[in-house]
Amino acid sequence: MAERALLSPRAITGTRPGVGTLLWRMVRRRRITGVGGGLILLAVVAALAAPLLSSYDPNALNVSDRLLPPGHAHPFGTDEFGRDILSRTLYGARLSLLVGALVTLLATTGGIFIGLTAGAGPKADRILMRIMDGVMAFPDILLAIALMASLGPSVRNVVLSLGFVYTPRVARVVRAAVLVVIRLEYVEAARAVGASGARVLARHILVNCASPVIVQATFITAYAMLGEAALSFLGVGVPPQVPTWGGIIAAGQVYLRQASWISIFPGVAIILSVLALNLIGDGLRDFLDPRLRHA
Amino acid sequence: MLSYLTGRVVSLVPVLFVVAVVVFLLIHVTPGDPARVLLGQDATPEQVQNLRHEMGLDRPLGVQFILWLGRAFHGDLGISLFQRIPVTADIIQHAGPTVTLSLMAITVSLLIGIPAGVVSAVFRNSWLDQGSLALAMLGAAVPSFWLGLSLIVVFAVNLGWLPSSGYRTPGEGFGLSLHYLILPALALGLPNSSLIIRFTRSSLLDVIGNDYIRTARAKGVSERGVIFHHALRNALVPILTVVGLTFAALMGGAVVTETVFSLPGVGQLVVSSVLRRDYPVIQGVILMVATVYVMINLAVDLLYFLVDPRVKY
Repeated sequence: MAERALLSPRAITGTRPGVGTLLWRMVRRRRITGVGGGLILLAVVAALAAPLLSSYDPNALNVSDRLLPPGHAHPFGTDEFGRDILSRTLYGARLSLLVGALVTLLATTGGIFIGLTAGAGPKADRILMRIMDGVMAFPDILLAIALMASLGPSVRNVVLSLGFVYTPRVARVVRAAVLVVIRLEYVEAARAVGASGARVLARHILVNCASPVIVQATFITAYAMLGEAALSFLGVGVPPQVPTWGGIIAAGQVYLRQASWISIFPGVAIILSVLALNLIGDGLRDFLDPRLRHA
Repeated sequence: MLSYLTGRVVSLVPVLFVVAVVVFLLIHVTPGDPARVLLGQDATPEQVQNLRHEMGLDRPLGVQFILWLGRAFHGDLGISLFQRIPVTADIIQHAGPTVTLSLMAITVSLLIGIPAGVVSAVFRNSWLDQGSLALAMLGAAVPSFWLGLSLIVVFAVNLGWLPSSGYRTPGEGFGLSLHYLILPALALGLPNSSLIIRFTRSSLLDVIGNDYIRTARAKGVSERGVIFHHALRNALVPILTVVGLTFAALMGGAVVTETVFSLPGVGQLVVSSVLRRDYPVIQGVILMVATVYVMINLAVDLLYFLVDPRVKY
């Protein structure tokens, strides 16, 4: 009995199903999750294969082709400099997805670290969570704008600003999960056999907080992509020469009357990507934590 | 109840303190010397030195913070570098459009969110339910600025029904003001209704499962009566929290929406201040908005007493 208690619950259930099996089960439970997964896969492939999918340089100026409506040569039309909107949207996907992924990485790493520390001791908890509450008292976009004002426009600073803004959301989720898990018997058992505090946190507690963190991370990717688009739209995000979805929409704003396609297509790209991530997030939550199914 | 109230208000102190620290530190995370940044590249070393002294930048950071906080507490948020007027006055000048837009947008969110959520819960698993949830999914994915531009294309450019930009104060005529604010309020309110739809639905579904709903049905209360008198009133409490959250999201979204529709509000003030690197204004606005947000959450908590007499602390 004592030996069994040392094993984590995962080990007791026997052989683990592979990632593929798990994904299949998740999609079977909610078909639309598969649609979300497909859309994101499509966005990633489109971003990577941008040079193959469009023969135009996203920054190539061609004055004779300016403000052309969507047609055979330019499926999404052209902007005021004759630049191809399809290829700008495809290259914009690279930046949006990159920023989404990096912000998620930053916020998740920071959030796990803060959440674990807070969950492990009441003193750290009080201080850290008050700080998190304070940071969350700012509307996301407004704090990101203010940070961008201080740091200056660049891709790195967009990632830093949005990462900072979203860290508390991960920290809260991790802390809540730690507070539940830390009382379970197997944690006590691990302590009893002499595992160090840090080892218990990393090996036994963190692993069992994974589900809520994965779910939250998916939603944060979606927020980050919307946030980046808003910052670039306002002209305080990525420098204007880099094609971004928000930036293309902002540039099209002036030509809304003559050439609304400039703004329309990158907007559809944002909506589909964010929708896809939210669908995946809902599917993951449903699959990983059935208690929350109706939340 | 009094002790709860006191506790609730006291708990705001650390949150507001952190807010103040973050706002104060904003200017100090700027790469390089803030005084140099404010004066620009052409400033002489003496000018920089003078401004450093004037701003108190040559003092220890802790002292600077306490002095700054003391002034902020009295409503002195510094002088706008661009306008050369007190930041507080600058913000108050721009507050009107933002407050009006936020109130109209939250009205739109509630007018769409609550009926859609109720319909969704009452006709659970029907096509109406699916439709409401699809609307909620879509709302969460649409950037409000893109929706704003699309509304301009349809209703201002193509149909010519509504103006594409600009602002009229309610003083110039309520109808006229409304005319200018319909599109911005829709652009901001529609995406923010999605959280309200989902929460109204799940909150109502929770309540509908209760025994007293079955009792009400059993004693012959009409279905309409059951939903509106018995279920929705009890479902309102969790919905209130979401309204508070939505309002916070709205205040952030207003920044972007104002830019789309050229509304001379706080959002436009912030964006133009970022481009002008007018740090005191940026600091002032986000300090004020975060404080308002904290107060709204307090107000929502207190509203619980009115909505749900069972809530006792």
